[in-house]
Parts: sequence; structure tokens; C-alpha cells
Amino acid sequence: MKKKGKPWHFFVTALLILVFAYTAFFGISSTYGDITTTYVKGAADIRFGIDIRGGVEVTFAPEGGYDATDEQMDAAEAVINKRLVSLNITDSEVYVDNNKDRIILRFPWKEDETSFNPEQAIQEIGATAKLEFRKGTSADGELVLEGADIKSATPAYGPVTNSSQNEYYIHLELEDSGKDKFAEATTELAADKGTISIWMDGELLSAPTVNSAITDGVASITGSFTQEEVITLANQINSGALPFALEAESYSTISPTLGSQSLSAMVLAGIIAFVLVALFMIINYRLPGAVASLALLGQCAATIAAISGYFAVFNSFTLTLPGIAGIILAIGMGVDANVITAERIREELRSGKSLDSAISSGFSRGLAPIVDGNVTVIIVSLVLMAAFGPTDGFLATLFAPVFSWFGAATEGTIYSFGYTLLAGVVLNFVFGVGATRIMLRGLSRIQALRKPVLYGGAGNANK
Amino acid sequence: MQTNKIDFMAKRRVFFAISGCIIAVILLSCLVFGVKMDIQFKGGALVSLSYQGDVDMNGVESTIKSSLGSDVTVQSGSNSATGQQSVTITMPGVETVSNEELDALLTSLNDQYTEAGFAQLETQNVNATMGREFFFKCLVAVVTACVLILVYVWFRFRRIGGLPAGVFAVCALLNDLIVVFGSFVILRIPLNGNFVAAMLTILGYSINSTVVIYDRVRENRKLMGNKATFAQLMDQSVHQSLRRSVNTTVTTCLALGVVCVVAVVYNLSSIFTFALPLMIGMASGLYTSLFLATGLWVEWEQRHPAKGAKARK
Repeated sequence: MKKKGKPWHFFVTALLILVFAYTAFFGISSTYGDITTTYVKGAADIRFGIDIRGGVEVTFAPEGGYDATDEQMDAAEAVINKRLVSLNITDSEVYVDNNKDRIILRFPWKEDETSFNPEQAIQEIGATAKLEFRKGTSADGELVLEGADIKSATPAYGPVTNSSQNEYYIHLELEDSGKDKFAEATTELAADKGTISIWMDGELLSAPTVNSAITDGVASITGSFTQEEVITLANQINSGALPFALEAESYSTISPTLGSQSLSAMVLAGIIAFVLVALFMIINYRLPGAVASLALLGQCAATIAAISGYFAVFNSFTLTLPGIAGIILAIGMGVDANVITAERIREELRSGKSLDSAISSGFSRGLAPIVDGNVTVIIVSLVLMAAFGPTDGFLATLFAPVFSWFGAATEGTIYSFGYTLLAGVVLNFVFGVGATRIMLRGLSRIQALRKPVLYGGAGNANK
Repeated sequence: MQTNKIDFMAKRRVFFAISGCIIAVILLSCLVFGVKMDIQFKGGALVSLSYQGDVDMNGVESTIKSSLGSDVTVQSGSNSATGQQSVTITMPGVETVSNEELDALLTSLNDQYTEAGFAQLETQNVNATMGREFFFKCLVAVVTACVLILVYVWFRFRRIGGLPAGVFAVCALLNDLIVVFGSFVILRIPLNGNFVAAMLTILGYSINSTVVIYDRVRENRKLMGNKATFAQLMDQSVHQSLRRSVNTTVTTCLALGVVCVVAVVYNLSSIFTFALPLMIGMASGLYTSLFLATGLWVEWEQRHPAKGAKARK
């Protein structure tokens, strides 16, 4: 055959898999004093889903079935983000579904906090934002405007006055109810360049200086803002003008104690499953079985790497309990490639072929069924990811004609199952097919290991 | 040509009967037990609270009922691995619990039982409209995956047996999907997102074994030519694929079986109710690909021999 292995091919590949597996599971980091620097992310750096860490998943919708505009939904999202920050929740996911006027929010249980009350947090996040314009810069300054007095705030870019340079600013329009109050206050404050402060839920957003009296209900807020700042501030001001509060249509919470028990249970299940499958392969297929176990270790490590963000170019993914089940399922399914190949080799050997030709026809004839099996699983895992994933993701966009009539999924944990299944199957080509070939060809060049019986061929007695 | 111990294809009608019985039992169970929907699909609320020490369950129940309404269902339980005690409250029908109500309940329980330290373990609240919408989205996901798999089967089977072969492969697949559905119904597991994930996984996994055997038929046809009958050809292919099919299913079921056992020990019902139907579906896939898809094709070839022979040439 054209391709001939060399013994060192086996050793180098096996060593690479072992090193890769070690680093993928444990990561590479150095600790200097109290500071730990992570160079390569290991399994411990994986971002776990709320079913493992404990946390809250809420779907908010405008109270009373109010039909909100896209701008209003953006404003509502801005309120949620602001409140998450003030609740000290930094690691959250927020999706806005404009079709259905819904906002899906997932956030983990706050760390080191046993008395965290998720119900209260949900209420605080969903309440109507209290927006106030006050004279001066203190929270008890005289009230000028309230949320209901504001018509709209739009981010804008251009010269604010005829002579000035282009800059980002906010174009503010007031309702009739606010015009007079604002005119009165600005006339008074403009005289000595006073300030008006803008507050949301008692927190200072901005405190612009009043340059001139504004009597027509249209104002510009400037302050050498960046583009991002004006968008955020405009959304926040709009949120105060929202005519609705957010209602938690659906929510689920899981306590962290429950989640962490589940994690250790699933890790245990994964280890036992791997050991049993490896033993099964070695007992049944001997040398190809041992190679399969090594390839399987590589596949698991690579799946973990695909989740943890081992390779900095790939994003890390959230791992949930069904996601771990997907990894374990892929352990069982992944050896299929090796089973097919090993069975073929065994068959060819029993029909009297030499070891080398048995191995190479085992590889070539086994390939078609392996590809078949993997393609169908890839198809379903893509559908799973599209149906259960965030509505703005790539796959959701690809499948948009099919799924866009429906709201975002309320079940975020299955997305991770689709992903780990997909990763497991794709990586199966790399390890179960690619690495296996290199290793087996290499091994078969070692004289001591050239006995057909090690490959499942019949012993001397039978043939 | 080696002689095989068992002539599976001669017994094909037995396999048709077995499949028929399984499907009949499943349909009957649907009528008897009814199909339960999880609150993910139909809406409703479920609240789990944890506590320590001994409490008077009757008292707790009446506190809960006075706070959330008299028709709630209250169940107590404990985790066998950790010994943690819990109470699970299910709201009647599709009613949900508001944040305020839950907050008030916890306060009054903890006022009454200061030692027990009631805390929430898990809550799930789904609005009925959203549940229904999610259910339809899941249905569409299953249909989409089915269509994509059918396209794949059509594309692939043009080379390995044509339309009849494709149709029988799909029949076998349907049988597997019915078994997965049946295992949810018979085990009294409410249908939820996990159900959809299990259906899709089986959909992708099960067609594969059939393709492997059909591929073998194509290969053997070239080798054996017209010397053998189609039934012999098929029987040979089944025997050659037997070890591979069984071993692949064993490794997959081994992995899933470990998950099931661990899930039972640690009381992870959401994982158990996912892994067990998957395992049953895998076993069904093994059976249908080896005996049903193959038997049906033999049956067809025997009834339409002329057509089959022409198509082959």
C-alpha cells in the first residue's frame, strides 16, 4: 500500500493526545503570590449553565399584553442591564425577542451569597424604571421632570449649534406636560450655568450643564460622549418613559447546592462511562481497541477544549447538564468509527489477507458508513442548536424561515446538548478516523505487534 | 459462502409481528395513561423547597394551601445521596405563582418553623401561551429534522437501493421514534424539551445502522451476483453487520446506562428521564435496523421481483 506508517508515528501521536488531554482537562496556569494567570483554559474554567451553578431564568414581557415598539424593547433591555449591574450581577445573558416583545434573561446565583432572594431580584429587575430630572447634582434636588414627561430620547451625531464641531449627543423631546416645567427650570438655571441631573432608580446617569433656556420642549444633551455612551443614555432615558412595567411571564430558579451536586454526579458518570467503554473496546478488539481508547480520550479532551475556550480563537460555550450528557453520549457513539474499522480488519484477516492489506482495506471500506453516521447526527444537532439556541445566533438566522415565528426557547439547557453532540461528532473525524489511522498504521510496523491475533484475526488453531 | 446459524430473513414475519405488537401496546398505553405534558409545554408552576430537621408535614401543607390556594398538590421527598429533605408544590392546571406569592409563602413558612430554614431549591413557572408556543416550536424542530433526514436518505439511497429501500429505512426509523415516544408515555414522564432532544438524537443515530447494512447489501450484490436469492443476500449482509451493530449499540448503551444509574443515585430526574428513553431508543434502533428494515425490503423484493431485477441492471 502507498501509505506506510512508521513506529514513531504512533508514539508521537499518542504523546500529543496525552499532552493535549492533560492540558485540556487541567489547563495551564501559573500562580505568583495571589495572582493566578491562566494561559490555557482547562475544564475548571468552563462557564457552567445555571442548571449547574444555580441561577435564574426569566422571560419578561410588557405587563398587560402591551404591544411595545422595537425602540421600547431596546429601552427595556437597557433598564435590565443597568439593574443587573446595580444588583452586582455581572455574568448574565440577555436576549431581546422583538417579534414576541419578550426579553429572556439568564443570570447565575450571586456568588458567596446564601440569602440571595431570586424572587426579589426578578421583581426589582422588572419594575418600571423611575426616571427623574432634578435641579443641581444631588438626589434631593428639586424635581423638574418625571419619566412620563419625556416623549423620546434619540442618539444623534452632528453639530449641536451652527458653529460647533460634529459630536455625539442626545436629542431629547418632551411631552406637553413637561414643556413648561422644563422651560421654567432651564430659564432659571441657564442664568448661572447650573446643572440638571438625570436619575434612574435613584442612581445618577448624567448631569449636564444648562447652557440656555429651553422653551420649545426640544433639547440636546452634550458632554463629549462616545457613540456607545449616547446610545446607552438614550435607551436609559427612554426606559423611564416606558408606559409599561415588565412582567415575569415565565421564570425558573435553581439553587446552587442542587446544581453543584449534579455537576459532580455527571463528572463521575462521564469517567465511569469512559472507563467501561475503553475496557469493552480493549477486550473486544485488542490492539485496535487500545488505539480506539486513546483516540476517544483525544475526542473528549477536544470537546472540553471546544467548550472551555482552550484555543483562544474560539469562544467559550456555556455547559449545562444535558451538555455533559451529550459529551457522554458522544463517548459511546464515537467509538462506532473504531468498531467499524476494527470489524473490517478482523473480517479481512479471517478471509486470509495479510495484516497490512487488511488494515488498509479496513480503513478504506469503513469510511463510507462512518461518514454516513456522522452526517445524520450533525444534521440533528444543528437543528437542536437552532431550535433551542439564542434567537440572534448564526444557526437561528440560518433556520430563521422555520423558527422565527416562534419565540426564543424557554429551555436554554438543550442548546448545550446540541453543541456538545456536534463537537463530539465532528471531532470524531479527527480522532476516531484521522488519529486512529496514523496510530494503527504506526503500531502495525512494530515487529513484536504484528501478530494477527492482536487485531482480532483468528489464532493459529482456527485457521 | 459461509452458512449462517440463524436464517433471520426466513423469520421476517415474526419481526413484523413483534413490531406491530410493540406499536399496538404503545398506542394502547396512550389511551389508558394519556400523554402527559410537562409544564414547559402546557404552562403551570412547580416549586421545590428544602428544609432541615423534622417538621409537621400536615401543618406545612395547610400553610402552603392557605397561602397559594387549596387545590395545590404538595409532595415531600428526600435526596437519597445527600439526605436533603424537600417539599414540592405543584399548582393546579396552568396556574402560575407570582414572585410576590412565593416570597410571602417563604416568609410565613419560616416564621412558623424557625428551625427548619425553608429555602427554595428549584422553581419553574411557565405561562400557558409561552408553553404552547414552545411546544409548537419543538414540533417544527422535529419536522424540520425529519425533512432534512429524508432529503439525506433520498440522496444517499439513490445509490444503494432506490426508493423502496429508502422508504423501508424510514419505516424502521418511525418505529424507533414511536418507541421513544412510548417509553415516555409508559414511564409516565411528561413530554418536555428533553423529549424533543431524545427524538432528534434517535432520528440521527438510528438511520445510520440501516445505511450500514444496506450498504453491505450493495457490496454483496457485486460479489455474489445472481447466484444468491435476495433473501440470502440480505441475510448474509445482516450477519456481517451483526457484530458491528451490536457492539456499537452496546458501547452507546453502556455510556447511557452509567448516566442512568448515576442519575438515579443522585436523584437527577431531569437527566434520568432523558437518558433512559434515549437508551431504549438505541436498543430499538438496533432491532429495527437489523430485522425490520431488512425484512421489509426482502418482502418487497419477493413481491416485485421483476422490477427489482430491472432496477438493478
